[in-house]
Amino acid sequence: MGSNSRRDFIKKGSALGLIAAATGAAGIAANQSEKPTGEKMKVLTTDGKVIEVDKPSSNCEIEPCAPPKGEEARKGIPGRSFVMVIDLAKCKNARKCIEGCQKGHDLLPDQEYMKVHLMKDNPEAEPYWFPKNCFHCDNPPCVKVCPVGATFKRTDNIVLVDADACIGCKFCVSACPYSARIFNWTDKESYASNDPNYSPETGTPGQHGTVSKCDFCPDRSREGKLPYCAMSCPMGAIYFGDKNEDAVYNGEETLRFTQLIKDRIGYRYLEELGTKPNVYYLPATDRMFPYERGFSSLSEEQKEVMEKSIESK
Amino acid sequence: MDSNSISNKLLDENMSFIAKPSIKWILKVVVLALIVCVGLYALFLQVTKGHLITGMRDNVVWGVYIVNFVFVLGLSYAGALIAGIFHLGRVKWATPLQRILKLITVFSLIIGPFYILLCLGRPERLFDLFLHPRIQSPIIWDVVAIVTDLVFCIVYLYFTYIKDFALLRDNSDKLNMPNWRKKFYKFVAIGYDDTPKQKKLLNQSLDILAAIIIPTTIIAYSLLAWLFGMNLKVGWHSSIFAPFFILSAVYSGVALLILIMWIYRRTRKLEHIFTDNHFKYLGFALMGLSLFYGYFYFSEYITNWYNMQKTSGLLWEKYLDFSEYGFYFYGSIFLVTLLPAIVIGIPWFRSVGSIAFTSVAVLVGLWILRYLMIVPVLETPYVPIQDIRPDWVHYSATWIEWSLTIAGVALFVLFFILVAKIAPIIPIAEMEEDQEEAKKIVSPKEEV
Repeated sequence: MGSNSRRDFIKKGSALGLIAAATGAAGIAANQSEKPTGEKMKVLTTDGKVIEVDKPSSNCEIEPCAPPKGEEARKGIPGRSFVMVIDLAKCKNARKCIEGCQKGHDLLPDQEYMKVHLMKDNPEAEPYWFPKNCFHCDNPPCVKVCPVGATFKRTDNIVLVDADACIGCKFCVSACPYSARIFNWTDKESYASNDPNYSPETGTPGQHGTVSKCDFCPDRSREGKLPYCAMSCPMGAIYFGDKNEDAVYNGEETLRFTQLIKDRIGYRYLEELGTKPNVYYLPATDRMFPYERGFSSLSEEQKEVMEKSIESK
Repeated sequence: MDSNSISNKLLDENMSFIAKPSIKWILKVVVLALIVCVGLYALFLQVTKGHLITGMRDNVVWGVYIVNFVFVLGLSYAGALIAGIFHLGRVKWATPLQRILKLITVFSLIIGPFYILLCLGRPERLFDLFLHPRIQSPIIWDVVAIVTDLVFCIVYLYFTYIKDFALLRDNSDKLNMPNWRKKFYKFVAIGYDDTPKQKKLLNQSLDILAAIIIPTTIIAYSLLAWLFGMNLKVGWHSSIFAPFFILSAVYSGVALLILIMWIYRRTRKLEHIFTDNHFKYLGFALMGLSLFYGYFYFSEYITNWYNMQKTSGLLWEKYLDFSEYGFYFYGSIFLVTLLPAIVIGIPWFRSVGSIAFTSVAVLVGLWILRYLMIVPVLETPYVPIQDIRPDWVHYSATWIEWSLTIAGVALFVLFFILVAKIAPIIPIAEMEEDQEEAKKIVSPKEEV
């Protein structure tokens, strides 16, 4: 009797939330809607029991669900205005965002779309960890200089690279003031040119001799999932969302984007360059950890290099 | 006819090119071709194995290739600019230099663009630049500029050859030319017979071409400067870049002209054509340009230094630090700004040999300064590089890049050697015209 009522409670109350938690695929909370199909699926409860719940119609948040190819990929998801907020107070350089991103994008261990830098704003200030991906600028210097239109700005704020069109001139790499772009220097077995499954939204399979970078994972947004980095962050430091919905989500909590930036004095890195980034930072005040703890995930050599780089001169 | 005797004298003196190639000449060509082949092998390796075998990495994405690209195109634009100005200014003493200048222009305009192709990760997609160009991109500006310039400069070069080809065609029997040469000169002279009408047409065309080429080269090299200037990078994002590029191009062009003149003078005994006065005049030009260059560099430095911004400060620190680029920086600044003033400015040091030596030093110094303009800037982005891989932090070119650099030089020399077999490297017909005119001025009564 007791277990029955408990089961009912779970079913009625938080079936979808549980699915999300169990599959590790949380949708953007503000956008969730339940569409029962009559089909059942098994999920694991928090206390370790297997239960059956209604299966949602599909895991597709935005139609079409499959990442588009060619011209279609250049348009952007209608009505969306993607934005990211990184809470520097929460970052402890766990480097899980990097790992998650590398796994998701089939990157080599030394290829990082997301980099975590150690920063120090002035000689008196404490250093802090600074995760940095592509800022998907509204005035992107990289897109301006591309001679063949292989990199482009979409209506949903995302700047993508079409590896099938990239001639590998690397002008965009040098034009980006944020060092967000990387060149595929070595060939890999998984690389393939003109692969029918290739979409600029996934960036896979990659191509030797072309430029690639953080893509804000629009393919995952279509499925209602967070980008790999936001999903992987154990601290929930990376919020991803939609400006039009005014909501950002880090896998745990959904916050109002405008309020968050207003309250925490969110800023954009190197605002003075006029690139209008779509990645916002919350200042590293009242940090949850001393920055030194971040060194535990680094080699001694890396630690030295970072400490030297923030030395005040 | 009077003019015939003059041209015959010039022609006779410079007819060695028509002789069968000597062993020495063949040896030279073979050695140069071998050097080019080593470069081609390096290119093959780069294409098959990828760019990782060069020194280029994510921060310094271009390196020596783009330095060569900028430097070689600078020589080209300078050649065209100087030739055009001399031509329109009717600078008579410069007539013997005209052909060398135009050859520099065309050869370097052919070689230069190869260096930017070497930067392409997917060279097989090169034609996308023409099929899907985006006019917003400075690279497309360069493509348009280089192609336009190449067309005009080749036409210009050819037009200045026509009179000489006609002269060679008319003297082919007297000079015992082989049959293929006779046919060749007849073909390339396109029926030019030096009739007053033809002469007028050709001279007008040359004037128009010179007038087109001067602004074209200025625009083209400015566009190249903006390839860098349009970037938000500290050290590049500067409005001085375009004029600075033009100045250093002219500077390097004059230095190369002196060097080539000196080589021909030594090897072909052309003292009476490339005279001491030529060296003196161009030496003074070199000195003047060196002072201008120093002025430009200083004004770029002082504005940065006076209110040093953070990233700019890091960059200049690298330039001035002897453990980084200090040695190259001070060394090349000395070669480029002070040495010409000392060697050419002080009469005691001034000689044909010392002027030629200075021009070599200037060329080396300018190349290093271009390197310093590009590599340290790319090594100093806004976001600090916190990489532990040393080659990712500091660029150093590998043998692939160096061998392709040397191959470019070899190809340039090879072009000169081969083209000098087609016609003399001095414009005989034009020089003859000048001498005729000079005679008219000295003794006008004879004409009446």
